[in-house]
Amino acid sequence: MADTLLETPLAAWHAAHGGRIVDFAGWQMPVQYASIVEEHLATRQAAGMFDVSHMGRLSVTGPKSLTWLDGLLTRRVSELAVGQVRYTLVTSDEGPTGLTILDDALVARDADAPDGTPRLSLVVNASNRKGVVAWLTGRLPGEGVVLSDQTRKTAMIAVQGPLAVAVVTGLCPADEAGEISALKNYRARSARVAGRPAEVSRTGYTGEDGLELVVAAADALAVWEAILAAGQSQGLRPCGLGSRDTLRLEAGMPLYGHELLADSDPFALGLGFAVNLTHSDGSPRSFPGAEPLRQLQAKPAGTVRVGLVLMGKRAARAGAVVTHPGEPGSVVGGVTSGSYCPTLDAAAAMAIIHHDLATEGTVLDVLIREDACPARVAPLPLYRRPALRT
Amino acid sequence: MSAELKFAKTHEWIRPDDGGAATVGISAYAVEALTDLVFMQLPAVGRRVKAGESIGEIESVKAVSDFYAPVSGEIIEVNAALPAELETLGKDPYGAGWLVRIRPDDPAEMIGLLDAAAYEAVVKSQPH
Repeated sequence: MADTLLETPLAAWHAAHGGRIVDFAGWQMPVQYASIVEEHLATRQAAGMFDVSHMGRLSVTGPKSLTWLDGLLTRRVSELAVGQVRYTLVTSDEGPTGLTILDDALVARDADAPDGTPRLSLVVNASNRKGVVAWLTGRLPGEGVVLSDQTRKTAMIAVQGPLAVAVVTGLCPADEAGEISALKNYRARSARVAGRPAEVSRTGYTGEDGLELVVAAADALAVWEAILAAGQSQGLRPCGLGSRDTLRLEAGMPLYGHELLADSDPFALGLGFAVNLTHSDGSPRSFPGAEPLRQLQAKPAGTVRVGLVLMGKRAARAGAVVTHPGEPGSVVGGVTSGSYCPTLDAAAAMAIIHHDLATEGTVLDVLIREDACPARVAPLPLYRRPALRT
Repeated sequence: MSAELKFAKTHEWIRPDDGGAATVGISAYAVEALTDLVFMQLPAVGRRVKAGESIGEIESVKAVSDFYAPVSGEIIEVNAALPAELETLGKDPYGAGWLVRIRPDDPAEMIGLLDAAAYEAVVKSQPH
């Protein structure tokens, strides 16, 4: 069973349309259809659509669901308004320090059930889905919360880029189109897209404006094809996970297993915003790992996550050592993700380095296959989308 | 694809020239499989290499790959213009997209390499 790769409801479409299929976290996923660079630039300039059905989708419902999740996640879940989405960490109190980061996730409060029961959803990484489900299941109360893994019953499609919202809303009834156009970032609502029910959120992993849609597995192909048909003439393209990775790298977004690890200090990574150590009234919150996180927050982090822009074309990859040019051999940090970045037209990376060297413009060396390659420290994100588009 | 070309299983081609040297490149299949080339490093002229030894690297957006000497010998010339014009590899992999010229220690070593038909069979047996 462990060797059986999972397929998304769009797997046959990807194979029929030139997708190069790779094993990603146990799933058969398209890494690209033609060119990663072209898919990346299409997303920046028009729109890209991504099958992200491998992401884990969990639903949490029941009268106690808000307080239960509030006691487990690093964000204040109980204050979420209907339609609100937040980035959170999933932590446990296991491990030598009493803090293990199990995953990063999006937690959303969906519309209440007709009887007023709250409903929440979590989107977790494919690689961590089973671990997170096991952790949460072990902490379920005797009654009042129902946790279910919806991943295989649903599909998730990200539509990202300056034209993304217009393309998707063009497939919605007029009243819902207006509501979706008006959604703020990290807000969500349900709607009919191409005639099919969808949970639509103004979120993404590319640094562009855009939407992420969760639909029933049986509706995935119809919605996917409708979006493509509506956007293709304006430059929308299907995109694989290769360009998703270069887009999120430019956008400075962390990836679990690269920037974020089980023993990371979230404050050093610039993820302190995702750790709510107090309730809104200032009283301390309690969740697994809260005490070690309080201690981490209180002491200055010795390291920091930064961008690096290489001066040559050669890319620094994850694991490459960063050294100080003045002191050859002195390790001052490490690369967590790196690639040629199409929008920057340069090789760039994210790295975790000593705090003292994090000033913009500092020149450091990255060891790429034993060669010291100079790179400049750059603030994150490496790419920021224009504030307004006309 | 010219009949006089020989191929290594690692996707390099080699073509003997009249003066006892040989030109080396990488196959159209390999270029197509790599896609999105961004960087190439060629070996130093004068370097002595053994068959199967890495003589350079070619990097795409996704990954770095080595390329290998198909025969033992000395690197006598490299296509110095190529790293700045990587698109040439895709347009003309068996011509202007050549990588290096090698003076083989033993020209007979080329006989053991794959001919075009045998290389094609290798390619077809690989998942794409």
